[in-house]
Order: sequence, then structure tokens, then C-alpha cells
Amino acid sequence: MDLHLTKDTPSAAERLAVDSVLGESGLGRSDGVTSAALVGHEAAAGHAARANRHLLLPVLHAIQERMGWISHGALNYACQRLTIPPTEAYGVATFYALFSVQPKPPIVAHVCDDIACMANGAEQLCSEMTQRLGKAGTKSGAGSVTWHRSPCLGMCERAPAAMITAAGKRPSTTVVAPANGAAIERILEDEKHEEPPLVESQTMGSVPQAGSAELRLLRRMSRIDPDSIASYRAAGGYQALTRALELGPEQIVREVAASKLMGRGGAAFPAGIKWRSVASAAARPHYMVCNADESEPGTFKDRVVLEEDPFAVVEAMTIAGIATGCEKGFIYLRGEYPLALARMTNALAQARAAGLLGGSILGNTMSFDIEIRRGAGAYICGEETALFNSIEGFRGEPRNKPPFPTEVGLFGKPTLVNNVETLINVLDIVLEGSEAYAAIGTEQSTGTKLFCLSGHVARPGVYEVPFGTSLLALIELAGGVAGSGNMQAVLLGGAAGTFLTPQELDTPLTFESTRAIGATLGSGVVMVFDDTVNMQRVLLRVAAFFRDESCGQCVPCRVGTVRQEELLNRLFAEKTIGSTEDELHLLNDIGQAMRDASICGLGQTASSAIESAARVGLFNGRKH
Amino acid sequence: MGSESELSELQPTWQFLNPIPQGPLPTIPEPAAAPEVELIIDGRETSVPTGSTLLQATKSLGIETPTLCYLENLTPVNACRVCVVELEGSRTLVPACSRKVEAGMQVQTDSPRVRLSRRMVLEFLASSVDVSTAPELQQYMGQYAAEPERYGPSGPPALGNERDAAVPGHHVAPDGATAGTVEQPVKIDNELYIRDYSKCILCYKCVEACGEDAQNTFAIAVAGRGFDARIATEYTVPLPDSACVYCGNCIGVCPTGALMFRSEYEMREAGTWDESAQSETDTICSYCGVGCNLQLHIQDNEIVKVMSPIESGVTQGHLCIKGRFGWQFMQQPKKK
Repeated sequence: MDLHLTKDTPSAAERLAVDSVLGESGLGRSDGVTSAALVGHEAAAGHAARANRHLLLPVLHAIQERMGWISHGALNYACQRLTIPPTEAYGVATFYALFSVQPKPPIVAHVCDDIACMANGAEQLCSEMTQRLGKAGTKSGAGSVTWHRSPCLGMCERAPAAMITAAGKRPSTTVVAPANGAAIERILEDEKHEEPPLVESQTMGSVPQAGSAELRLLRRMSRIDPDSIASYRAAGGYQALTRALELGPEQIVREVAASKLMGRGGAAFPAGIKWRSVASAAARPHYMVCNADESEPGTFKDRVVLEEDPFAVVEAMTIAGIATGCEKGFIYLRGEYPLALARMTNALAQARAAGLLGGSILGNTMSFDIEIRRGAGAYICGEETALFNSIEGFRGEPRNKPPFPTEVGLFGKPTLVNNVETLINVLDIVLEGSEAYAAIGTEQSTGTKLFCLSGHVARPGVYEVPFGTSLLALIELAGGVAGSGNMQAVLLGGAAGTFLTPQELDTPLTFESTRAIGATLGSGVVMVFDDTVNMQRVLLRVAAFFRDESCGQCVPCRVGTVRQEELLNRLFAEKTIGSTEDELHLLNDIGQAMRDASICGLGQTASSAIESAARVGLFNGRKH
Repeated sequence: MGSESELSELQPTWQFLNPIPQGPLPTIPEPAAAPEVELIIDGRETSVPTGSTLLQATKSLGIETPTLCYLENLTPVNACRVCVVELEGSRTLVPACSRKVEAGMQVQTDSPRVRLSRRMVLEFLASSVDVSTAPELQQYMGQYAAEPERYGPSGPPALGNERDAAVPGHHVAPDGATAGTVEQPVKIDNELYIRDYSKCILCYKCVEACGEDAQNTFAIAVAGRGFDARIATEYTVPLPDSACVYCGNCIGVCPTGALMFRSEYEMREAGTWDESAQSETDTICSYCGVGCNLQLHIQDNEIVKVMSPIESGVTQGHLCIKGRFGWQFMQQPKKK
């Protein structure tokens, strides 16, 4: 392949931004070889440079953060350094919502208008923003500021939320929740004057149960200093790793399998089967990936764990790596989680310094290290194979399965992918043994589960309860229905989940009993809507979300999500084509085609919440 | 490695580990036939070689399976999903074009679920894309009783480069009165071929042919996301500014006429394109020693386009700029 570049050249600042990730370079050679004879004749350094394609996403982040957008010259330079055809890099840069390939003001307020925030005044906030800064997308502050609407920012317990990104020499990402126009504008002003914005502590109150003796996964919440490994160890941290090294890989895998731990990311796949497959896979190396790309609307449990107990995630990943023969792990972290990024970055550094990460862990022969990779605003990258493509520097499009990641995963190698919450369960399984662990919960759903309560509940936040607790008991634990006090519906499992009626609240929260009523626990979302909420608007937002987040690769999802949104709009506006029954029939057909024929879980579940809403009679708007 | 003197000391002790064999030359054994896999398709037992796809297996039974993004000379991307079949034990339907056979599979190729998904895929495409020059797709639409009009009349076309500038994660909320489409102005920026992305079903074939599967030029790729995803050069520059080498292999694989010889496009615009009046002449390209098979499409004694048969062992359907476009010397310059 000959690399063909347009004539656009990078500015000094853009060049520095790229070099900050790839190192300095004389001639774009990653090996540093410089020769005057090569000027103009060689763009890059063959295999060595091409092997670094996985650095494309970090490079794009660096350019975006420095410049506020990715210019042709900057992208050309990145392509030259990495030997990537510019058309492919352009395809990647235009895939992510947090990147812009058109000039854009450096300071951007992303105001969440997704469903949890919607139930907490997001529309009022957006109209306040319009009053202060003009219509979404317009420039203000002498062209340095703009704002636009954003999908769920994962701050649902303190809705409504906003995120301010400021590009420049001192780039920053600030989340403000609960947000109001004045608070957002204050931060924008600080950023304009290049002052670090003052924001109060982010996680206070996110775990209303904090301190309770019944907590297991959340037992350290508010009890340790999340920035201190000493504090984590004093609270019993790293005992599980010590125990794991005594057990050895095979025994760890046996314990995880015997515990019947099921994946907590939404698909509920038995973790033991994955671990065993990767551990026994012949191809080398093996990779471990922690999926922290939590983007399901209404989900924030992983964020709270990453922010408040980051060492637990590092320890659990280390155990997983040792058990399955991985020497390298990645945390794929949502781009919208700045505090989690800071805490995890610090945790990795401290763990390395303490000899708990890197070569010869705890003096043992095992070695394992972890790298953080940030997403850039694409829900689809939470799908495991899309996540691999994203890390590898390709568009975040899911791959066809089989082959499954345990055989052909990241970089084509056997890969263990687990969600954050799934992983931290392993600590107790290793420490207590699978039998004690499996004694909690129900026969088929063992252990405890984190739930994200938001919307109209008195005390929103992350809650931990044993499997089998009823939905009603969980909502009561969160102080019951807030708002008007009259519940209209509950969304269980997220935008890819199902709506339940107040009559279904006695459902025990287990994988098996939710499946029996055609629902799913999904990512643990429990979003309560009181009877003042216009459910039609909620459903339109869900439909718009899937239309926005479809990667566009397969026809059923790419066009189906568009047709679904169009249909709901005309149905709710009572401008149907043919009769209402015709439209409902068509909605069913669209849903079934997406469910049956889409490549990945996004398309397969894009109609789930909407179809369930139709079933329980939420299409008629306000119900009193 | 030892020094020279050490080596010379060692030399006398060298021996042939494998003495030169005597007697007749060994014969090369016939390649063993791949072991067969048994499966049941539409109730019929069949066996096909290991590693076959379900598409190959259905074909061996004479079962027609519609395909759009599949082509023998490209890696399956299984993006169009029109070839899905029902596999017992699988929660979702599976793409026949890329799913490998496994022993004991039970497959339905014409169940109500299969027919519905195929019909919906065709409706989704025909309601959002101009399929007027996609005869295969139209034929499938008849076969599966697709009714693209049930999504309402087509929405307004995108103006200028609106679709190229679409931002991921944002769109204007529709009112549902019309069905959104990908209609947009045709891209004419060179003498050899045009790109009419109003006709693009995003099958990825052109991207594969331009990239790893044939040409290794990487002039085009998919950009954007979701319904706004599109085939684009870097920064959507015109083709002459891109890496394009005008091999035309993207035209060769395009199933919908979105990529078209400029000669064909202009004749269609002028209303003079008439396939019934065309003949095809097979010949060999005279430019170099490779000897690529050419198939000249001729109308009124003039070449109007050049393809290469996909079955050709030399080209597998792919050509270079000379074979594809270098035939102007054969005929008078076209009267403008």
C-alpha cells in the first residue's frame, strides 16, 4: 500500500499533540531513524508503524483535546506516523460523537436530554441553555463556546447532568450534576479564562446504602480513600489476589465456574465458561478486557465502582488475567467519565509501584499489566467485538460471531471480556469460595446485584441487593416513588430493556424470573416514571437514541431504527399511514426483523423497550 | 557463531543427517478430500466439505439464497442480512454467506421468520435507496413481496454535501410523514466514473475491492455512523485528490449501479442506454503480459463499458485502469 496524503499539513500544536502519544519523530518514523536521504521518499516505517494502529484512538483524543477538532493536516500527520490510509482514519474519526472533523469551538457543553434526565427537568435545562447561549449548536462567547444535547451521561442519580469539555493546552472534562443553567455557565466562564473549574465532589450520595453491614460489592464505598492503595489494603484489599496466587489459575477458574457467576453487563453469560475457554485456548497471547464502556441509558453502577473503589477493579482484573493466562489487560472506559479516568489512572500507577501490577506480581513469576483506553462517544463500543475494533484503531463496528472472543478476540487472539461489576464479584468468590458465594441469591442467579435507581425515586443511586429481592422491595429501599407519588411505569434493564407496570412490581429480580415475564435485568437499570411523565416523549427519546447509536453496518438496524422512530412520531402525532392497527403491525415487523437479523445486540434489542411499552399500554401518552 | 578456525576444526566431523535418497522419485500424494460435514437443510440431509458456508451448502442442494453484499471474490462482510436463514438452537437468524457448516445443523431457508426478515431488509433498502438500476434487488423484492411504500412517500433529498457533513450522534427528529432516504446529488468529479450514492446500499463491496481484497489502494472507506454512514474519500475530497488509481474494481463489484462508468451514466441521462441493443465481446487485454480477460459491452459499434468475468482465473473480475478504461483509442471521441 502506498500512503497517499492530501497537501494539508499539521500546525506545530497539532504535531505536538500527535507526538505526545507517539513520541517525537524526525521523518514520521516511529523507530526514530532519521536520514536526509529519506526526506520526501518515505512516509513511515512499515510493519513497526502499522503495528501501532491501536494508537489511533489515543492520537485522535490527543488532537481533539488540544485543538477542539481534528483538522485534515492533523489527521494526515497521524496517518503518516501510523501508516494508516487517511480515508480509514477519517472513517474512524467520523464514527465517534466526541470527535469533530469540522472546526468547532474549543469549549462545549454536552447537556444530557436522555430519559432519566428527562424525568428530572432536562427539557427545562435545555431551554435555559437556549436562552443563555442560543440554539443548540450555535457559537457564543466570541466563538469559543457552544452547547448541544447529549445521550445519557451516566449521572442519572443526580439528573439532570451536563458535561463540559474544554480543549487547549490544559484540556479538561468536567461533569456537573445536578446541573442548572447558571452552574454550567459558571464553568464555561472559568474555562474561557482558562481557570480550573470548581466542582464539588462528584460521587457523594451515589450509594445511599454506604456503610451498611449487608453490603458486599459496595462494602468499601465511602469507607476508603479511593486515591490510596494503603487505604484499600487496610480495608482488606489485595487479600483476594494473595489467595488467588495460592490457588493457582486452574483452581481460580474452577471456583468462578462453580460460583455460577453470570455476566453483569446485560447478556448474563456464565463467566466460568468464558474463563475456562480462554484459559484453555491454545493460541497466544491471551488478552483480558474490562468492559467499562457503560453507556446504556440509566446505567451508572460501573462508574460509581470505578470512581469509589478503583483498586477493586484492578485487583479483580489481575486475578482474571492470572487465571486465564493473560499478561496484558485493557480497561475500555467511557469517554464521558473523567473522574473514573483519573481514579483508575492513579490506581494503576499505585498498584504498579507496590509491585501488584506489572512484572512478578507479589514476587511471583506471574506478570500482568493494564492499560486504559478511552471511548469517544459511541454506545456501540460496549458491544464486545465493536470494542475490540475500537481498541485496534478501526471503526467500532461489531464483528460477526462465531468466532467468539474466547477464540478470536482482541488482535485476533483469545480474549476474556468481562464487565466491571462481573469482575469485582470474583474477589469474594476467591476469598470465600464458590460455595459460600453461591449460597447468596437464588439457585440460578447467585450473589448480589447492583441496581441503578433513577427517575422518580426518593433516593436515587446504586443499590446492592441479593438476587431474588422483589422490584417493589428495591424501590422501597430507595425511598419509594417520588415526584407525584403515583407510579406510571418502571423501565427495567435500560433502553434495551422492558417497561413494567405497577402491577408487576412483585417480580423477583433474578435472571430466570425476569426472563419468564419477557423482561431482562439488562445492566441493572430501574428507572421509575411517575404519572406526570409524558411516556410518548420518553419512547421517542429511546427511538432517537438507537437511531443515533446504530453503527450503520447492517441493514436491519441502520434503517430499522430510522423507520421505528418515524413510525412512533406519526403514531403519536395521530398522522398514521393507514389505520393505527396497520402501524402497530408494521412496528412489530420492524422489531422482529431487527431482533432476528441484526448483527449484534444493539439492533437485536433496539425495539425491546418500545414493544414492551406498547404491550403495557404506554403508547397512549399520559395516564392518570 | 564460533570463529573461523573453530569452524574449520568442526568441518571434518560434519555428516549428512539426511543422506541423498536413492531410487525412484517420491510421488506427491493427492490432496486428501476435506472431511464431509452432515447437516439438514429444509428437511433434506446433505453433506458438504468442512469449512463450507451455509450458502455453499444451500447452493449444493439447488436452493436459491438471495445475496447483496456477498461476492465470491471478496471477504464476506455479512452486512446486508438478506441471506439470513433459521438455524435450530440459535436465538437469532444467521447469515448464510459467512456462517460455516457444523455437524448436525438443522437449517430452514424459507420459514416465515426467514421470509419476514428478508422482506424487511428489502423494504428497508428500497424505501431508503434508489434501486432503479439494481435488477437483482428488484427481482428479490418481487420474490419476497416487499412493499417499500408502506413507510410513506420518500423524504426530501439531501442538498449539496449535507450527508457528507452529518455528525455522529445527532439527527433532526423526523415527523414520520415521509420516509428518510439517502438521496443526494450525484458525484461527478472525473472523466472515468461517477458515484451516485443515492443508489448506495452500503454493502461494503467497493471498500473491500479498493482495499485488502483486491487493489490495496484504500481510496474509499465507510465514514460517519448509523443511517448517516456513507462511502467517502478522506475528508470527502474529490476522487482526483484521493488515493484512487481508477482501476474501476469498485464499479465491477457494485450491485446497484451507484458506481457507474461515466459513459454509461451519460448515455442513461441522455436516454440512449439500451442493454437490449448491446452485445458482449470477450477478449484479452493487450496492454501487458498478464493477459486479463476483458468483456467489452458494445452498443452501436462502440465500447460503452468494460468488465472482466468473475470466473476468470486471471482477473477474478478485477482489472487495472488500462484494461478497464484504456479503450478510447479504439473509437472516435464521443460527440458531445
